[in-house]
Amino acid sequence: MKNLLKGVALAALMMAPGAAMADVESDEPIIIVQNNWTSQLVLSYVVGKTLEGMGYTVEYAPSDSQLQFQAMADNDMDFQVEAWEGSMKSAFEKAAENGMLDAGTHSALTREEWWIPNYVLEKCPGAGHWQGLDRCAEMFATAETKPKGRFVGPPADWGKNYADRIGALEMNFEAINVGQAATLWAELQSAYDRKEPIVLFNWTPNFIESKFEGQFVDFPAPSAACNEVKEWGPNPNATGDCGAPHSGWLKKAASPRLPEEWPGAWAVLQRVDFDNADIAAAALLVDVDGMEPEEAAEAWMKENDHLVKSWVQ
Amino acid sequence: MTEATAPSRTEPQGFSLSAIPLWGQFAAIIIFGVLLSLVWDGATRWPEAWVIPAAQWITDFIEWLKSEATIFGVEFKDITRGIGAALKAPVKWAEYLLYRGFKGIGLGPLPWVAVAAGVVIFAHWVGGVRLAILCGLTMIYLATFNLWKDSMKTMTIVIVAVPMAALLGITLGIWVTRSKTASRIFSPMFDLMQATPHMAYLAPVAALFAFGPVTALIATVIFAMPPMARCTILGLQTVSSDVIEAGQMSGCTKRQLLWKVALPSSKRTLMLGLNQVVMQTLAMVVIASIAGATGLGHKLLYSLQQLRLGVAIEQGVAISLIAIVLDRLTQAYAYKETDHFVAGKTFVQRHKHLLLFLGILVASYIAAEFFRWVKIPPSKFIWGSGDAKTVLFDAKLLARHMDQAIRDFNVVAFDYINPIRDWVTIWILLPVRDFFLWLPWPVFVGVIGLGAWRLGGMPVLLLCLALMFSFIVTGFWVETMKTTYLVLIAAALCVIIGVPLGIWAARSERVANIIMPICDTLQTFPSFIYLIPAIMLFRIGDFANIFAILPYATVPAIRYTYLGLKRIPPVTIEAGIANGATRMQRLFKVELPVALPEIMLGLNQTIMMALAMTAITALIGSTDLGQEVVRSISTQDFGRGILAGFFIAALGIIADRLIGSWAAERKRQLGVA
Repeated sequence: MKNLLKGVALAALMMAPGAAMADVESDEPIIIVQNNWTSQLVLSYVVGKTLEGMGYTVEYAPSDSQLQFQAMADNDMDFQVEAWEGSMKSAFEKAAENGMLDAGTHSALTREEWWIPNYVLEKCPGAGHWQGLDRCAEMFATAETKPKGRFVGPPADWGKNYADRIGALEMNFEAINVGQAATLWAELQSAYDRKEPIVLFNWTPNFIESKFEGQFVDFPAPSAACNEVKEWGPNPNATGDCGAPHSGWLKKAASPRLPEEWPGAWAVLQRVDFDNADIAAAALLVDVDGMEPEEAAEAWMKENDHLVKSWVQ
Repeated sequence: MTEATAPSRTEPQGFSLSAIPLWGQFAAIIIFGVLLSLVWDGATRWPEAWVIPAAQWITDFIEWLKSEATIFGVEFKDITRGIGAALKAPVKWAEYLLYRGFKGIGLGPLPWVAVAAGVVIFAHWVGGVRLAILCGLTMIYLATFNLWKDSMKTMTIVIVAVPMAALLGITLGIWVTRSKTASRIFSPMFDLMQATPHMAYLAPVAALFAFGPVTALIATVIFAMPPMARCTILGLQTVSSDVIEAGQMSGCTKRQLLWKVALPSSKRTLMLGLNQVVMQTLAMVVIASIAGATGLGHKLLYSLQQLRLGVAIEQGVAISLIAIVLDRLTQAYAYKETDHFVAGKTFVQRHKHLLLFLGILVASYIAAEFFRWVKIPPSKFIWGSGDAKTVLFDAKLLARHMDQAIRDFNVVAFDYINPIRDWVTIWILLPVRDFFLWLPWPVFVGVIGLGAWRLGGMPVLLLCLALMFSFIVTGFWVETMKTTYLVLIAAALCVIIGVPLGIWAARSERVANIIMPICDTLQTFPSFIYLIPAIMLFRIGDFANIFAILPYATVPAIRYTYLGLKRIPPVTIEAGIANGATRMQRLFKVELPVALPEIMLGLNQTIMMALAMTAITALIGSTDLGQEVVRSISTQDFGRGILAGFFIAALGIIADRLIGSWAAERKRQLGVA
């Protein structure tokens, strides 16, 4: 009985509110968007934990990668650390018109393009270049696309029309669009395990490069003229006969209330900057080392202490 | 057969159409439609210039609601946002209780030991030892597979959504039985709410009522409430008049008659409604995470994104287990007999379960301060220390083995399955799809319209015509035909698989005991998980789409066949035996014909589920209505999404009316109505 009383007393003591927090503008939770791919999860934990270290209260809310931008414009969520030009440009820009804030661009450059696993090169040595790939088109055919090859394309709403490019370059391919990114990876995994030729949409940086060996297919380098001047490029009768830019942006986005309610956090977010190696390392901790995203964030912060300090200043 | 399916009451007087045989009427419509399409292109594709831009109107309307609309000087958006904020309160409290803790008073969330013990004790109280063991095993599963915290996050929405949907459903149900106007408004609305894929209203709900758990809550309630309302209506309408009269004779007021007589005596039907509410709520878990609900659903989508199928399966099993446990607990609670022998028992004897729980609750709060594993379950189970350490159980390792097994199976099976997939695709799927795309719309409208008129008369005909023209004039014909083709083939397969399984289960108790729990699991196991193996084995295409629809949509075909056969009066079967029918004769000449109306209702449900699944198989890659729904989420094109969702529902309602009219007529003829 005496012990129990002691326990209760001790428990009551320990449950008392923690030491007073450091000075921050508001105790209200800052809501951080989380999507469903690795680097985003780890890096949003990294920024969240940094802010927590300064005394802010943060919360993580999952969201669809497209719905999130309008939600930020409406102040329902506060920031996103990874907004991709490739898949999110239109939703990002639309929400920016409605009040969502652009919190700056990372050093990391993104690229998205047709991609082949390396074993394809054994069967079709020229596949690293679009013309070489086109010569082996039949190797990639399926029952639905025969005799054309099948290009597994991105979800239709990502704003890329690969059917147009195939037409402009007069390639022997047919674009079959997936409904979500996971479908791309399931196709890749299945083909990879069986060493079956496949060409699909892929982008960098992501977790694929740490799990599968492969490379992008080279297309004529893009330029403004490509989309405007028919004579430009390999096909003198078509515009759009070129590849995608090699250096797309990766941005941060925030709600309009973030700078008003938590100016300190807003300043940190603006300073946050990842390069390709940072992002790959974050994904690697989870996808190869098997950590949980939250553990991986702590490990990443230990590795990159100087970087975290430079954001906080 | 012609006479059997054409009720004479629908034949207008003096109309000479009835002189032409039924096949002749259909042939005339088809020939007319095809000829029309030869001379007029508009019969193949509705002319572009005549398309009504309804999608754009709806998008503009919602944008207007969001930004400009005012009611009595109050901005509409502020009203919806206010409702959203009010709904947030109960969710917040559930969050504090289950995983956040009450920071203000320094009290942590319920320790997992207390929650687990509480569930087991409650199970023992309402359902005895067997139920307690089921619950105990489930709790251990959630803890050992490292899913505890996410399960609690999921539960925050569930424990708010289930009572809310149930109360709303009962209230609306009572209202509908009392008021003709309410009935006229709500009955078709319930149809729509259930048949519209949930993804169709996620984006507009999110736009109007704050993004986050509240959107998930509202979407879940919209989806889970109709079965409750329907069961309330059915229950109240089927209370026997003797019971009501007995109530009136004892001098019940109208209020007493409802609460003390009618509702209690329709308890069985009400509980069926509650069962559906629980099942539907858990079925929404994954989709709710698209709109900002945390927990198992969010983690599951992440696992799939990483191709960690093993982990996804573990998380999916957790969702199914929670559904089953909640269902069994609510059912047991409802059927628990009131203890009428309280006299002579002490307070402690009467409340031993409650006291035990309170004791554990207090003890675990105290213990949680000293031992971390009381607060949250340990993530690894390790025996010994240092070099002698052995990991007793590692959920991650198990998941990796599952991943490998699925991949190995894929490598081995692909070469055998792929030729079949190609053959079916080239010789069956693509020709059927091309047929539906070729079909001139007057043929489709005419054939369905004639069928509707013969089966259900003028009201059904008018409804079907209105629904069909809605997707023709708004320019969704091609997408709708693709959906029709996919769903018809999937439904046919479901019947081919499901009906024999249902017959088998009806014939053998042992088989039924295996099949029925599998059906329960299939209904709540998140269908997203089937997509990935389907893609790996069959690659993107309609074959994979149909395969992914099957597990979910076959369940009603099995269930209704089983129930239909089980409900045949023994007299009927004995009559068959007395007439010297063999087992086979009995099945085909007696049992199946009598059970056919029930089996057809199963087909109806199968079609509904297959339609609902098209929004999910869109994630594989399709170009039908389901894809329009999914795409509208990212493009914020509310109009196209809502319309596509509505047309999916329209197809379901057309099928429902046709099959329903047929089954009702057939039942009347069999004298089993």
